[in-house]
Amino acid sequence: MISANLSAIFYLISGVLFILALRGLSSPETSRQGNFFGIIGMIIAITVTFLSIGNFSSGFIYVLIFLLVGGLIGAFIAYKIPMTAMPELVAGFHSLVGLAAVFVAISAFLNPQAFNLGSPGNIKLGSLIEMSIGAAVGAITFSGSVIAFLKLQGIMSGSPITFKGQHPLNAIILISIIVLIYLLCSTQSSNIFWILLVISFLIGFLLIIPIGGADMPVVISMLNSYSGWAAAGIGFTLENTALIITGALVGSSGAILSYIMCKGMNRSFFNVILGGFGATEQSANSSNKEQRPVKSGNADDAAFLMKNASSVIIVPGYGMAVAQAQHALREMVDTLKKNDIKVSYAIHPVAGRMPGHMNVLLAEANVPYDEVFELEEINNDFANADVAFVIGANDVTNPVAKTDPQSPIYGMPVLDVEKCKSVLFVKRSLSPGYAGIDNDLFYKENTLMLFADAKKMTEDITKNLG
Amino acid sequence: MEIDPFIFRLSIFILSIFIGYYVVWSVTPSLHTPLMSVTNAISSVIIVGAIIAGLAGNSDSVFNSSSIFGYLAISLAAVNIFGGFLVTQRMLAMYKKKKKDK
Repeated sequence: MISANLSAIFYLISGVLFILALRGLSSPETSRQGNFFGIIGMIIAITVTFLSIGNFSSGFIYVLIFLLVGGLIGAFIAYKIPMTAMPELVAGFHSLVGLAAVFVAISAFLNPQAFNLGSPGNIKLGSLIEMSIGAAVGAITFSGSVIAFLKLQGIMSGSPITFKGQHPLNAIILISIIVLIYLLCSTQSSNIFWILLVISFLIGFLLIIPIGGADMPVVISMLNSYSGWAAAGIGFTLENTALIITGALVGSSGAILSYIMCKGMNRSFFNVILGGFGATEQSANSSNKEQRPVKSGNADDAAFLMKNASSVIIVPGYGMAVAQAQHALREMVDTLKKNDIKVSYAIHPVAGRMPGHMNVLLAEANVPYDEVFELEEINNDFANADVAFVIGANDVTNPVAKTDPQSPIYGMPVLDVEKCKSVLFVKRSLSPGYAGIDNDLFYKENTLMLFADAKKMTEDITKNLG
Repeated sequence: MEIDPFIFRLSIFILSIFIGYYVVWSVTPSLHTPLMSVTNAISSVIIVGAIIAGLAGNSDSVFNSSSIFGYLAISLAAVNIFGGFLVTQRMLAMYKKKKKDK
């Protein structure tokens, strides 16, 4: 058994290692080292916890068994999961953090002596507040992430589910959570604790169902943030520095990512949270739309255009992930490069279903990361490029965002694809994107629509290039 | 008058938020997905609370209502720790620079 002071120092060290783990992600070169720091930090935290309890008798073996079972499941998932399923995986992991926080809070509530928090029915006030906040946020994280997971997995429809009185209902539930925490602190009643948990699960569910598929980057980041605050709440209860530091890091990390995602869509955080984007008012202006002519082509035309280009910019989007076209795309690019054509990739901040989604897929397909650029880095290059190859993206290329103040996406930063000499647009049909608005780009003089599955089209182009 | 230890923890918390703020802004956007998976893994340090709860059962009853929740939380957090770090490692291994051999 080691002293409380010594273990506190070790917890501090593991907290610092977690900071270094995030710091490492500032560049791909240092990132692997950062991940290693994170692992060391975790090993220190777990080891110190065992040593500080020093009770290796009865329960120890069960702790190890559960640890190993969980670890094996986790490792199995980590090795098996395809990269295209990363958003679902992250949402699933968030739900586990949330549920773990809830379970820890429950055990602390049932057996406060083990945590030095007082005795059942007589828990220290501060600890009770921290515990109930941790539990409530954890429960919201859990049920919210489960819904996000189901939506991403396609088990639940990705379209927003809204009903009358939704916002007042949510407001009432949020207020009642605060009231319940107050009542719990004054009465210490376990019934109130259980009601609090149930209601928190419910609000997590209600908060996420009105949010649509393409808003998932914001939702996932937000849940990431919540899981951090839940951990921090429990950290205060357990008086554990490692947990407090980590909770704060993760909480602010998720908050920043949500902010970046919201900015990428030019929408306020509340606008996203209140949900229902694209479900209501847009139907009106899509009805009076006249049929405009589009130019469509085949793989042969596309190959011809690209062969004669000297620089090509690729704009991937969620459709590329759905079609699993990243490998085929890289093969096409390899062929282009053999013909001395300069190729770069342009990534919009909200392309895909989670922050950095496209980057991971391209990395999986062995695309070097120094060929992949963010919106601000590459947007001026479109004017000098010969061909823009849009694969699976739509709204993020829509010039309407710059020209039409009436448009729901007006003001959203978009890739200036239309400035290219010619635009190749791989798409299954002319259907509008997530925002429910028509993309002007389809009808431009210099746009060639390639109606096909993204993967098949890319493969065909490669054949024609050869 | 003595300062409540809570204030110290609060200070650590607030300062860590600021550290998180600056550290996360310096993360390159192309690594935002690994950022999420690694934050997932590290927030599972909540396992320390689960271990305390799991070991709290006394010798005649290893399983009581409190320790059972502890055990469950241990396996949930362990899924995340192993899964989170390993999947991050798998992703990061894919980020390669352009080969300069041509």
